[in-house]
Amino acid sequence: MSYTLEGNTGTWEIVVGLEVHAQVISKSKLFSGASTVFGGEPNSQVSLIDAGFPGMLPVINQTCVEQAVRTGLGLKARINLESRFDRKNYFYADLPTGYQISQFEHPIIGTGIVEIELADGSTREIGITRLHLEQDAGKLMHDQDPKRSFVDLNRAGVALMEIVSEPDIRSPEEAGAYLRKLRQILRYLETCDGNMEEGSMRADVNVSVRKAGEPMRTRCEIKNVNSIRFVMQAIEIEATRQIEIWEAGGEVDQETRLFDPHKGETRALRSKADAHDYRYFPDPDLLPLVIEQSWVDQIKQTLPELPDEKRARFQKDYGITAYDASVLVAEQSTADFYEKVAKGRDGKSAVAWVTGDFFAALNRTGKSIEESPVSADSLGAMLDLIADGTINGKIAKEVLEEMFETGEAPIEIIDRKGLRQVTDTGAIEAAADDIIGKNADKVEQYKGGKDKLFGFFVGQVMKATAGKANPAIVNDILRKKLDG
Amino acid sequence: MSLDLATTRRIAKLARIGLDDQEIEAVRAQLGGILGWIEILDEVDVEGVPPMVGTSVTTTLKPREDVVTDGNCQDKVLSNAPDREGPFFTVPKVVE
Amino acid sequence: MLTDLTIAQASEGLRKKEFSAVELTKAHTDAVETLNGRINAYITVTSDLALEAAKKADAQLVSGDAPALTGIPLGIKDLFCTNGVRTTAASKIIGNFVPPYESTVTAKLLENGAIFLGKTNLDEFAMGSANLTSAFGGVENPWHRKGDPSVMVPGGSSGGSAAAVAAHIAMGATGTDTGGSIRQPAAYCGIVGLKPTYGRCSRWGTIAFASSLDQAGPMTRTVEDAAIMLTAMAGHDPKDSTCADIAVPDYRAACGRSLKGLRVGIPAEYRAPGMSEEILAVWQKGIDLLREAGCEIVDVSLPHTKYGLATYYIIAPAECSSNLARYDGVRFGERAEGATSLDDLYEKTRHNGFGEEVRRRILMGTYVLSAGYYDAYYLKAQKVRTLIQRDFTHAFEKVDVLLTPTAPTAAFARDEKPEDPVQMYLNDIFTVPASMAGQPAMSVPVALDSKGLPLGLQLIGKHFDEETIIAVGSALEKAAGFTARPDLRAGVSA
Repeated sequence: MSYTLEGNTGTWEIVVGLEVHAQVISKSKLFSGASTVFGGEPNSQVSLIDAGFPGMLPVINQTCVEQAVRTGLGLKARINLESRFDRKNYFYADLPTGYQISQFEHPIIGTGIVEIELADGSTREIGITRLHLEQDAGKLMHDQDPKRSFVDLNRAGVALMEIVSEPDIRSPEEAGAYLRKLRQILRYLETCDGNMEEGSMRADVNVSVRKAGEPMRTRCEIKNVNSIRFVMQAIEIEATRQIEIWEAGGEVDQETRLFDPHKGETRALRSKADAHDYRYFPDPDLLPLVIEQSWVDQIKQTLPELPDEKRARFQKDYGITAYDASVLVAEQSTADFYEKVAKGRDGKSAVAWVTGDFFAALNRTGKSIEESPVSADSLGAMLDLIADGTINGKIAKEVLEEMFETGEAPIEIIDRKGLRQVTDTGAIEAAADDIIGKNADKVEQYKGGKDKLFGFFVGQVMKATAGKANPAIVNDILRKKLDG
Repeated sequence: MSLDLATTRRIAKLARIGLDDQEIEAVRAQLGGILGWIEILDEVDVEGVPPMVGTSVTTTLKPREDVVTDGNCQDKVLSNAPDREGPFFTVPKVVE
Repeated sequence: MLTDLTIAQASEGLRKKEFSAVELTKAHTDAVETLNGRINAYITVTSDLALEAAKKADAQLVSGDAPALTGIPLGIKDLFCTNGVRTTAASKIIGNFVPPYESTVTAKLLENGAIFLGKTNLDEFAMGSANLTSAFGGVENPWHRKGDPSVMVPGGSSGGSAAAVAAHIAMGATGTDTGGSIRQPAAYCGIVGLKPTYGRCSRWGTIAFASSLDQAGPMTRTVEDAAIMLTAMAGHDPKDSTCADIAVPDYRAACGRSLKGLRVGIPAEYRAPGMSEEILAVWQKGIDLLREAGCEIVDVSLPHTKYGLATYYIIAPAECSSNLARYDGVRFGERAEGATSLDDLYEKTRHNGFGEEVRRRILMGTYVLSAGYYDAYYLKAQKVRTLIQRDFTHAFEKVDVLLTPTAPTAAFARDEKPEDPVQMYLNDIFTVPASMAGQPAMSVPVALDSKGLPLGLQLIGKHFDEETIIAVGSALEKAAGFTARPDLRAGVSA
């Protein structure tokens, strides 16, 4: 059931590798003490180091190193106790020094693994080749002036982790699943906020196509794709383009391309004539970065429970399905919320309420889980009131809505609105007798074999008790009176 | 070792130094001369010798704490700009 | 004359109130005024700032809380960024650059009370051995051949600093040394020049040429003065990752230390074929003097010496090609007019802004790092560099210090400048190996040649053992009794 594309000459499979640039969460930049806060006045969060002034020198930020190690541990990757920084030399207006400090030959993190889940419930392992630290570039603005582009260096020098996958990805769906999973891990680790809209996570996509059993063919790199949906679209569009070229007897050029989501196409970014020659060499301003295994072990101690482990534990501890567990662990905040609700209660009923009415209410009010007016404790209290028979499920929906509006505790709402479940059999019997008496014709039909009418009687009794009657007792009494 | 004109042009392009034909030829000849002289290194057997990393006594990095200690000096950053527009540096229009 | 004093003497005189800092500074600013038009040792003269600072120094001297260099007027190589004072690297490309920051080394000197007379001339971006590549014109060596008015070069790249100190228009000066840029001009101008161990002085705020080699150091008329200045300049700086966190001793205390039993190595490989008899003779004189001073003379071998220059001319250009990429006309410096595209802006700005030698080195460096050549050139050179360093390590197992000539010749005349760049590079043949290995080294003037030009000898020490070269240097200086002064100097000629 693997993903393939049909061409005129047969079936093609695609080969994809992703290079993700994830902005490291840190207060200051990778090699300078300037702030990393997003959205400052242009060129205000720039030190003379970031602006490449003569004689300025880089000094590595400890936290950025720690974040890289943390991420490496989260990706179950090899941590290189000695790594180096190299200069990648090229001229561009957003690169003040004329070189980017990166890690070329000796990255801080080596091979690791990300496990992805697919829609059919299957899982796959995608290999991580490496992770290295490097500097972000500045920003160019092209729209303010007819003849000039403007340069803002606020982003210049912010730490990025470049996370390179093996070419293990075989479909747009897998690429999407990989990116979602990677983002989830980074967020759990709090090493990157994973916000693709603000550009704190972006992907370069390497795509090639081949027929089954063939070795790799030439690949193209699609630069800087900034949403998961666009990555998935770009892969399919680029693979289709390459298949057309191969099938027409042409050659795919190894080149860098851009994805244009409006036109739904990829196009070459630069011609081969000015192909880059980055002239990497070890940055003589920086010595080898050496870290201690004991420090790595310490960081390991502080790692949170990651999504895979959490999902497995939720299934086991709360008896919920793999699907429900996946939904819950997608965001750490959701998982935490659920766990508070479920602790000491029925896990299945907790997941039904959290992912059902609770999520729906959040959606309707446009609130995030952190902003929810209903706390996990409060939702848990409501579940307790259902369990002990104070209210029934139908009334509970009404109570939850009221909780969202007023932020009151469920018991207050129940008491204020008189929503306690009626379990007084006398009152229910009276209501049942009244309904039976008013509907002699229906009683006749029911007794004549029209079983479905039983529901009608239940509904009428519930209505008469304003929904508060205990449905089980209503059922019991009606059975006795109608069938007896 | 001699250097050809195409390579010399490519190098000048990489280094973003505009040179006219006469200058390219002069550079080609001079670099060729220097490269010839450097060939003396061919005599040296470096089998198993590691490249020098850092120098002398200080051999590893000493990281700094993650504290905002710098930046917030827009005036300084822009004070020497040859063509400044408000808070921005400028370059001839770049088409991406 | 106040301009004839050493730093040590002036410091004492200031404290004894024999003269004021203002008087001392004024004597120098006047001398600069008189002589700089000819010598061109300074690119930028800051007499007003110097006199202002001298007033403060006098106040400090009165209060009794005055650090070692209080009131001492110095020249600062125009490669050190100085806050609010134009810093050019002797290049057109930053010919009007005014740094909003102070380099660590000059900041330390200011903290120590020093007074800056101005920014001294150099080869553009410190690339050169004769101070002929400055965009602000060449420097005249204050020394001349007997009976010959030809203008001699001061050496380079710290030629302006060397000439200023030799001509007594600065009591001392800062230099930077990448492959010999302190020692070789010191030898050509008959002064002391000390390149400390790589990592001894911070590189922060000093315009980079080749980061793995650049090192700041003092240029003075006596070894003791060099020791005083180095004590102020050296020390750990968290802003430079390559700067060593090792305590700075009082280097002055090493002057006059007994040399009994000290082993002085004489490397056979420095006896280069075709070397002048005069250089060999002065070297022998140095050997004899040190033996008489109680040293044991030991023959040693530094077998990879002859590969030093070739290695240097791969590594230094490679690093410079990258370090100088930031001069692009966007954030500071000169910007070419009428550029039609970003690349056009870069190409025009960098063509117009850089001189020929700088361009040549950038191109050379770009070539050796480019795809397909990296392993053959840069990587190979870094391996040979390891071998050169091992040579020194082995030699220093047997000896405490090495003695060699500083340069293969005395200063040459400006119109004798070789056309072939390689010939020019040969001036650094004896200074480059210590640079490649990061060793501290010092040139001490020892004698005049038959034409009346000064010749220097080089002492090379173990890593972070500047004290031994200072101890040996001060003994050598004393024994040699080098008291000659150039004909062109403050108070003598104009």
